Amino acid sequence: MVTTWNRIKNSDFIYHFLRDPVACVSFMILLVLVVSSFAAPIIAPHDPYNPATIDIMDSELPPAWNAEGTAKFLLGTDDMGRDLLSTMLYGMRISIIIGLGAVALQAFLGIVIGLLSGYIKRLDTILMRIADVQLSFSTYMIAIFIGAIFQMMFGVANYEQIAAPLLILIIGLAEWPQYARTVRASVLAEKKKEYVEAARVIGLSNIRIMWRHILPNTLSPVLVISTVQVANAIMSEAALSFLGLGMPMTKPSLGSLITAGFEYIFSGSWWITILPGILLVLLILVINLLGDWVRDYLNPKLYKG
Amino acid sequence: MSELLKIKNLNVDFALRERTLRAINDVSISIDKGERLGVVGESGAGKSVLGFSIINLISKPGYIDSGQIVFKGEDISKYSYDRMRTIRGNQISMIFQDPMMTLNPVLSIGEQMRETVFAHMNVSKAKANEICVEKLKKVYIPSPEKRLNQYPHEFSGGMRQRIVIAISLLTNPDLIIADEPTTALDVTIQAEIMDLLLELCKTDNMGLMLITHDLSVVSQVTQRIAVMYAGTIVELGDTATVAHKPQHPYTVGLLGALPQRAGSEKRLNQIPGVMPGLAKIPAGCPFSDRCSLVGDICREKRPQLLEKTNGIRVACHFVE
Repeated sequence: MVTTWNRIKNSDFIYHFLRDPVACVSFMILLVLVVSSFAAPIIAPHDPYNPATIDIMDSELPPAWNAEGTAKFLLGTDDMGRDLLSTMLYGMRISIIIGLGAVALQAFLGIVIGLLSGYIKRLDTILMRIADVQLSFSTYMIAIFIGAIFQMMFGVANYEQIAAPLLILIIGLAEWPQYARTVRASVLAEKKKEYVEAARVIGLSNIRIMWRHILPNTLSPVLVISTVQVANAIMSEAALSFLGLGMPMTKPSLGSLITAGFEYIFSGSWWITILPGILLVLLILVINLLGDWVRDYLNPKLYKG
Repeated sequence: MSELLKIKNLNVDFALRERTLRAINDVSISIDKGERLGVVGESGAGKSVLGFSIINLISKPGYIDSGQIVFKGEDISKYSYDRMRTIRGNQISMIFQDPMMTLNPVLSIGEQMRETVFAHMNVSKAKANEICVEKLKKVYIPSPEKRLNQYPHEFSGGMRQRIVIAISLLTNPDLIIADEPTTALDVTIQAEIMDLLLELCKTDNMGLMLITHDLSVVSQVTQRIAVMYAGTIVELGDTATVAHKPQHPYTVGLLGALPQRAGSEKRLNQIPGVMPGLAKIPAGCPFSDRCSLVGDICREKRPQLLEKTNGIRVACHFVE
């Protein structure tokens, strides 16, 4: 254990990470956001999912620093009287879970399809044409389409239960060609290298060559697009929720909170929209900054002196 | 000595869009158990294609058109890909030119070696490690137990080639095909690697097919030489005789082109012209366009590889 820790501590990765203030700060912020959102049931002052604790008389209270605000609701309340801080923490948890889940699905589909299509020439044309067709539909169009069908099938009441997995499925299915194309391009470059031929001469099976020899060599671009894709998936989810096709108001994500507050923005209750909006921007910004840093780190040609 | 590998009238074709080109033309050659054979020739003579055709891994669009490759009494040229895998890397293994490229950069040496063992033997991980360490010792890698956990970039070029050789030895093959194993290495390391190969072949009685364009390397290590030109064997015989008394004009030219044969501050000797591309091989003798002895018969009739004086086989109309 000690040696593993020492190896990590002395690694190139940590060395470069600690010398990049942007990466460090982004990572700290991301860590705080992720930890606080997953610890929401423990640290949140109220439980926004429990209707018994909500009083409609508390609705639209401004944040605590405002003259009309109370210390009970630090960041004010939303239109239903839920504590905004707690709701935002729970909402961020949903956003992050959907983002990660969708990317896991995308990556799985994309890597398998990309590997097959790069390695087996016969499958290449058909798989890449499927990817092209998939890319020619916009994510939102597919999401609206599938979302509408499911809402009809299950009814609006039951939709609440399946909303999160459904969003993971929709965003995952819509974006896999990004991975498939990246992986395929790397596989095409890698499979011409001599170590692949050497592996074949050794007598290894094709599956083993694909999985153990080629895949690990294609992982650095995959890692880079993964960070960007997590941010994208969170944004897609927010956009869908904003359009009313994402998470329902009983279990709001950051996007649904922004929509909910949008109706009250002209009556002066700006915090319901602005505060979740800032949190969403912050979350996506730090993920993208970290993604940029990872890309620079994995591409030695970009090292500055 | 018993015959290990016998190639009989092998033809290898490459199917292009417009036409089919013949890369290996009617090649017959054999290697006895424990024998070391050198295959020499210029770039593009078909040496590597010959090596790859033995293990049935010619890159597309190449294929074996006709002929037999008999290994231990069985014709392996018609084996399926999966059946061939039981022979590839197991009984016949291959060493490539550039050790920088043949090792996978993201897997440790130990993983790559164990993988080979597991592909052909049903053994435990501990036993596999034992085999790996034993073979690394054989190629003189110091402290092999520690080295197993290291990655290719932690080794020098010469050491990597030793590791590649160790990998090829893992399954105790009967034949090693070495495709220009020293070309990417510097001269002192070249000599070390060749000595090592020679020693391993002698101690384990392994057959070696050494593909190279370096005649000095071949003459040190091998017992017999096959000289290839444009997909055919033009001269075949024991190393000492071919190296000292070459018969075919091409071999004469090759040996004459060695820098040490020209005096100091003189122009280097060369064979005029270049080897014809596969599409432009002349009718008759393939060497006729560049040959100094060329006569009318050379342009009409392809010479057969026939036994001449000193027991050497030469494909030339003018050699008695």
